[in-house]
Amino acid sequence: MKNISVWMAASAAVAFSSVADAQNRGRISSTEFNPAISLILDAGLAIYDNDEDYEIAGFPLGGEAGVAEEGFAINEIELVGSADVDDKFYGKITLGIHQDEGETELDIEEAFFQTTALPHGFTVKGGKFFSELGYLNVHHKHAWDFADAPLVYRALLGRQFNDTGLQARWIAPTETFLEVGAEWARGDAFPTGGSPQDGRGSAVLFAHIGGDIGASNSWQLGVSHLQADDVVTELGGHSHGGGDAPDNEFLGDVTISGVDFVYKWAPNGNAKQRNLKIQAEYFVREMDGEFEFEDAANAESGDGNIVADQTGWYVQAVYQFVPRWRVGLRYDQLDSDNQFSNVSFTGFGSADDLIEESGWADEDVKPARSTIMFDYSNSEFSRLRLQYSTEDSRHPGEEKDQQIFLQYVYSLGSHGAHRF
Amino acid sequence: MRSFIKLASVALAGLFSAQSWALNIFACEPEWGSLAKELAPEATIYSATTAYQDPHYIEARPSLVAKARKADMLVCTGAEMEVGWLPVLLRQAGNPRIQADQPGHLMAAEQVERLEVLQKVTRSMGDVHAGGNPHVHLDPHRLLQIAEVLRDRLMVVDAENSHHYRQRFVDFAARWALAIEQWEQQAAPLKGLQYVAYHKNFSYFAEWLGLQRLATLEPKPGVPPSAKHVQKLHNLLEGQSVLAVLTTAAQPTKNAERLARKLNSPAVVLPFSPGAEGAEDLYSLFQISIDRLLAAR
Repeated sequence: MKNISVWMAASAAVAFSSVADAQNRGRISSTEFNPAISLILDAGLAIYDNDEDYEIAGFPLGGEAGVAEEGFAINEIELVGSADVDDKFYGKITLGIHQDEGETELDIEEAFFQTTALPHGFTVKGGKFFSELGYLNVHHKHAWDFADAPLVYRALLGRQFNDTGLQARWIAPTETFLEVGAEWARGDAFPTGGSPQDGRGSAVLFAHIGGDIGASNSWQLGVSHLQADDVVTELGGHSHGGGDAPDNEFLGDVTISGVDFVYKWAPNGNAKQRNLKIQAEYFVREMDGEFEFEDAANAESGDGNIVADQTGWYVQAVYQFVPRWRVGLRYDQLDSDNQFSNVSFTGFGSADDLIEESGWADEDVKPARSTIMFDYSNSEFSRLRLQYSTEDSRHPGEEKDQQIFLQYVYSLGSHGAHRF
Repeated sequence: MRSFIKLASVALAGLFSAQSWALNIFACEPEWGSLAKELAPEATIYSATTAYQDPHYIEARPSLVAKARKADMLVCTGAEMEVGWLPVLLRQAGNPRIQADQPGHLMAAEQVERLEVLQKVTRSMGDVHAGGNPHVHLDPHRLLQIAEVLRDRLMVVDAENSHHYRQRFVDFAARWALAIEQWEQQAAPLKGLQYVAYHKNFSYFAEWLGLQRLATLEPKPGVPPSAKHVQKLHNLLEGQSVLAVLTTAAQPTKNAERLARKLNSPAVVLPFSPGAEGAEDLYSLFQISIDRLLAAR
């Protein structure tokens, strides 16, 4: 560090002789498998009392926003390989294996490299990765504290936002944790789409600040912003999942701004016995452009201009009251104000029918959900969870949903550490 | 005015001399912070965990990332003990000086021969480490070996001040050897006595002093004991002569006290790391541990 030539000379003689000695004294197993491989099984039972197709009034869904398949189902199998590639790069690939209506699908959830040797607090990541938009987004589904995503993630981010591109971040050399970063990506992930600007059309800025209060409390506050212009977003429309999907698109500009806060408490910082985690996030999404709808039979179609002003938030608390047992509460709420102009249609009875069918009709509904969950983790590699939600996200006059999940998450192999 | 200049020059000199070997050292556990303080007393040393925390179960929280970002050197236990948080901390820190291939990355347990090295590890065995028991610091002889490696690394990381580190190590080694001699004399009556521990924290301490571990409260490493398991241990150990049921400052004492009552032995809390139960540094850590065991007889 201080003097390179001294380091070069001395390192060979001193430092690495002791490293070599250490290798003779007993091998450490994590170097024996390269890359570290893990498999994660996320499966369970879902029970819904409302058999109508899932919807959230005012929010045409996209991405992976739907609810888990009803009945016994495998939600996801994750296959993860990660390793230090060499002395300057780390790499990680996560493949998601899903079953959808009897078919097995393979998704690239993450496939990225990350620098480990850049100086001055810089880190660069490239490939496909979960964006730093929001707090929960970077956490894998199996590490979530509830069986499903917050409504705001489902409605505004298509459950989880991962795109292909580059990320740079910088950590300030301060006592308090301060990190800023930027992402530049393809623009292929919901709510973006269509790879605008020749596949360089999406940008995210983010900042985190955090620290400890005494030995027992730690916190992190984050802000993030996404901008993507001239996107073509594929939307599920009103009848997501049933019959042939209609052709439903948004063409225009998308911005999302978010603020997130996490607070964790453990007596003396010893989380093994008891701990509490409180987290809250708030997002605003604006979509300004045109919408186009055409049903599968090509009988009904229409388009128009739209300015959608949408917000959502959730707050949740998870308390581990004795080792291995946790209880959690979560409240979700969404709100949308979608304004239309220059609407034209064929086949529909009215413009309202078109708007309804394309999923944009907000009808002054504020979708909301309340959730309680219990989980038991025999070790950090296994988790059993029971969760109950009551959700009021449908159009006026329709029944509320009650949802019960029995979920189990098992991780096999050398499972890596999770982020804060 | 003159006194002001004098004061300022003293302050400036102090500032520069302080900077000359003022490394930022990130210790994962307080024992490595204390050891670093012995060899590099001018360094700014930060310990990621306290003696009241279980270093297996820490999160890479923002404050740790901020400290790791600025560190010139990282001293941890290694042998997979921090596997649940250190890799993610290193990847987030954006600091090449403390990455695994650097002299500023020292894994203490990997510098010495470890006990309980397993040929075969499966998850059904609980939270065990294939690389062996990582809690090496309670053997003062191994600690001295680690101090020697730490000296070598400090001399590389801060080559300009290598003579300081060499001198500090000579001083430390002499004082430490003397202390070991005294402790071994004091602890002689403990030889051959049997103990029960919550976790396999004291294997090296016991090997050093010739204590025998009969059982652990945890049915498997990392798995908390149930009332049923405590009863099973009671049945197993009844009639045996047990010096004490040992826990660390970070471990729950309820089941240890319950078992100790049944066995008619004392439940003893040992500091395990500096910063708890009156242990302020490595010397008092060993002294208090030995005194408490002697008192338990």
